[in-house]
Amino acid sequence: MEQVILALAWVAVGFGLFFTVVGAIGVLRMPDVYSRLHAAGMTDTMGAGFLLIGLSLNEGFTLISLRLILIWIFLLFTSPVGTHALARAALYGGVQPLQEESGEVDHRDSN
Amino acid sequence: MFVAASVGLGIAMVMVMIRAVLGPTIYDRVLALNSFGTKTVLLIAVLGFLMGRPEFLDLALVYALINFIGTVAVLKYFEVGDLGRTLKDSEERVD
Repeated sequence: MEQVILALAWVAVGFGLFFTVVGAIGVLRMPDVYSRLHAAGMTDTMGAGFLLIGLSLNEGFTLISLRLILIWIFLLFTSPVGTHALARAALYGGVQPLQEESGEVDHRDSN
Repeated sequence: MFVAASVGLGIAMVMVMIRAVLGPTIYDRVLALNSFGTKTVLLIAVLGFLMGRPEFLDLALVYALINFIGTVAVLKYFEVGDLGRTLKDSEERVD
């Protein structure tokens, strides 16, 4: 049983690391602010959630895992609020969302 | 496991920081700094386990809250131009 929980902790930390790095690549590579927000939001929910759950599985049921779950709950509340405030500020600040580029229009879904 | 997690988080933080330096608009920079702060919280938590001092989690908890407050304050400053007023107040004052 101990080994199973430890293996689950490894898998959860690996998933969290994967989502965090993928979100960082998205923030670096996406073309405009709103699509970058999508990548950053994935880091905040999936990456942080899996990483903190993996750490608390590794720790067991103690006060430390309670603190980890508390951090996770705070991130769960603050991350959507921050993302929404950022999107609203960008829209009112005059950043236009990226439209379809002319010349590279993809017709696969339109017929 | 903890060493691999901290190295991966460091790589992700470097990539986000490159976006914060490059970012064409101010919102890209704020977004990158918010994401950097979230990754800092995770790195503090992982480093606490790596060094065998889980008391670092208190620092991570406080850092998460400060990061959120800082992001919202900077965004409000750039949207309204003043931290003490709302958007409606500043529009009325312009009229």
